[in-house]
Amino acid sequence: MSKKNSSVNAKKKINIRKFLKGDLLTYLMVIAVYAVLQTMVATGNMKSLYQGLLVPMCVYSIMALSLNLTVGVMGELSLGHAGFMCLGAFSGAIFSKITSDIIAVDLLRFILAILIGAAVAAFFGFLIGIPVLRLKGDYLAIVTLAFGEIIKNVVNVFFMGIDKNGLHLSMKDEMSLNLAEGGKTIMKGPQGIVGTPNDSTFTIGVVLILITLVIVLNLIHSRSGRAIMAIRDNRIAAESIGIHITKYKMMAFVISAALAGVAGVLYSHNLSSLQAQPQNFGYNMSIMILVYVVLGGIGNMRGSIIAASILTILPELLRSFADYRMLVYAIVLILMMLFNWAPACLEFRERHSLKNMFAGKKAKEVQ
Amino acid sequence: MKMFKKVLSLVLAGAMVLSLAACGSKDSGSSDGGDSGEEVFKIGSIGPATGAAAIYGLGVKNGAQVAVNEINEAGGINGYKVEFKFEDDELNNEKSVNAYNTLKDWGMQMLVGSTTSDCSIAVSAKTSADNMIQLTPSGSSVDCIATDNAFQVCFTDPSQGMRSAQYIGEHKLATKIAVIYDSSTSYSSGIYAKFKEEAANQNLEIVSEGAFTADNNKDFSVQLQQAKDAGAELVFLPIYYTEAALILAQADSMSYDPIFFGCDGMDGILGVENFDTSLAEGLMLLTPFVADSDDEATKKFVDSYKKLADGETPNQFAADAYDAVYALKAAIEKADVKPSASVSDICEAVKGAMTEINVKGLTSDEQGMTWAATGEVDKAPKAAVIENGKYKMMQ
Repeated sequence: MSKKNSSVNAKKKINIRKFLKGDLLTYLMVIAVYAVLQTMVATGNMKSLYQGLLVPMCVYSIMALSLNLTVGVMGELSLGHAGFMCLGAFSGAIFSKITSDIIAVDLLRFILAILIGAAVAAFFGFLIGIPVLRLKGDYLAIVTLAFGEIIKNVVNVFFMGIDKNGLHLSMKDEMSLNLAEGGKTIMKGPQGIVGTPNDSTFTIGVVLILITLVIVLNLIHSRSGRAIMAIRDNRIAAESIGIHITKYKMMAFVISAALAGVAGVLYSHNLSSLQAQPQNFGYNMSIMILVYVVLGGIGNMRGSIIAASILTILPELLRSFADYRMLVYAIVLILMMLFNWAPACLEFRERHSLKNMFAGKKAKEVQ
Repeated sequence: MKMFKKVLSLVLAGAMVLSLAACGSKDSGSSDGGDSGEEVFKIGSIGPATGAAAIYGLGVKNGAQVAVNEINEAGGINGYKVEFKFEDDELNNEKSVNAYNTLKDWGMQMLVGSTTSDCSIAVSAKTSADNMIQLTPSGSSVDCIATDNAFQVCFTDPSQGMRSAQYIGEHKLATKIAVIYDSSTSYSSGIYAKFKEEAANQNLEIVSEGAFTADNNKDFSVQLQQAKDAGAELVFLPIYYTEAALILAQADSMSYDPIFFGCDGMDGILGVENFDTSLAEGLMLLTPFVADSDDEATKKFVDSYKKLADGETPNQFAADAYDAVYALKAAIEKADVKPSASVSDICEAVKGAMTEINVKGLTSDEQGMTWAATGEVDKAPKAAVIENGKYKMMQ
């Protein structure tokens, strides 16, 4: 009996070690890539084009990680993730615009903006989660898609201005804000927010990726994470052993929304002009993020970061194809998807994998 | 298997880094090569060359190219040749910044772009940080010229709205007006806001307002029915031509025939595929340029443009870009800068000279156009009407 126990313990230890090893590799990968890229920037060996893509890479990596939490860990398809990004982007940008004269330290203001963006997205994630999480599968996907579109369209009707009397809000037009003299308009409905301070840097982006990883990976290995995954794997069994379904699903959904909000803040502080348009916060973007997640592997956090980074750079690498680049992009995407996930490819890769080659070599060396 | 995935992900990450490194080194090599040759001015341009607004970007691309070719044939600017390069931004702010960075890698010294307002705003933050001179041919929002290195060739949105209302009022085209506008673009809502304000001064009555967004820009029967029921004699369309073409077709199918009046976004409507151009008969638009005007400069421009662009007729965006390149030429000559100067030095010199020059271009009248230090252009407005399938200038 005691022997059996110890073997179970040993097995558990190995499992934990394996988990940690995988996670450690992910952190190290991010840090190593950061170190290499940052050195290249510092020594002037990187084109401006790629320097400009560093922050978007971070933005979409965080988005992919956050959606992977919903899709991979919670096991529900969300097609409205860009909506949470939109909320984070706008609330962060509004905060930065209001306080740009008050808080002189850029970094402090940006950190506060990130926290506010995360909080706003989390709050709306909670509100939306109440009706949405009663559904599952395709129904949930469609409802999140609808909420994503609602967020984008609602953001487009608000006008906001500030003067010495405080904030003014209108849903009609700029004139009806009735700003006192010296007041400034912050948000102009469909024209969005212009002149957000460009606070996003690659370093901050990478720090945010690491924080996101810490949150997501620790959640997965925690008691709550195991409960969430139990619900994903078998809802009835999970319910029967007393797991509070709504509570744990809501937990994953709200964290996922908050992280998307963080990505949004990073996005809005990278460009000085921010509009909620179909191409940046519409369902096209939600699906694009889903593509990152699926290409990187559902539930695989490291894969999400890699896929998001590659697919952010790819369209720019293809600029030399001029008008054919969209076609080439689609073809490359199909090929990558096949290479990663087609059963025949998986089998082929297994037969010709590096691991097998190394193993073969080792066997020979032993002989 | 898991191990393999790990290896693969590392390999891919490594490949990515290597590809970045490779590109970086390639770039430094090519720019060295460029410096060793003869000195040239490098002008870059950005705009949508694909997607719904492609006709604007392509107009800017070819229009600027015509100007650059002419300048090079005539011996260049102060004896230095000009090189020109255009990048696509797909009407997306993020891509526009990427396009700008691509051009910077190419060695761009001056920017004619971006073509559209929102993209231009996003790029102007970057040009301002790099202190590069930016002259947008057709980015019409006031925010495009918020930074002091940015100038505009076209009118700003508010001034287009104001001038449209004044034109309708002064020429007594109608008193009952319906407006159909795109609330999701700053272009359309910017024009409309000012139009509404000025309409009150011109004793114009706005009887119906129909808004749509980029998400529902296919069916306009509701907005048109609303306008028809309200008895509007003139429908003001401060929108892009793609939607306007649908509106005209749908108005025709419900036999509603008011005067349609548009702004510069309407330019290009005759080039829409499968569009019955007879529907656009009588359509008025506030545009600074029509291709079949009689003056020598326009004729010459249209000829060279057609040769360059496989027989396409140039639109107003092409003319704006053409004028933008000539404005830069005039400013460079005035400031007497050399291509060897740094981007920032060129910007400082050209910025000062922009307010002193007077350029007589395709989009201005005999008086020419001048610039204020704010970046806003001053020139006389022009309106055109479509007659017999062609644009015709109105007096």
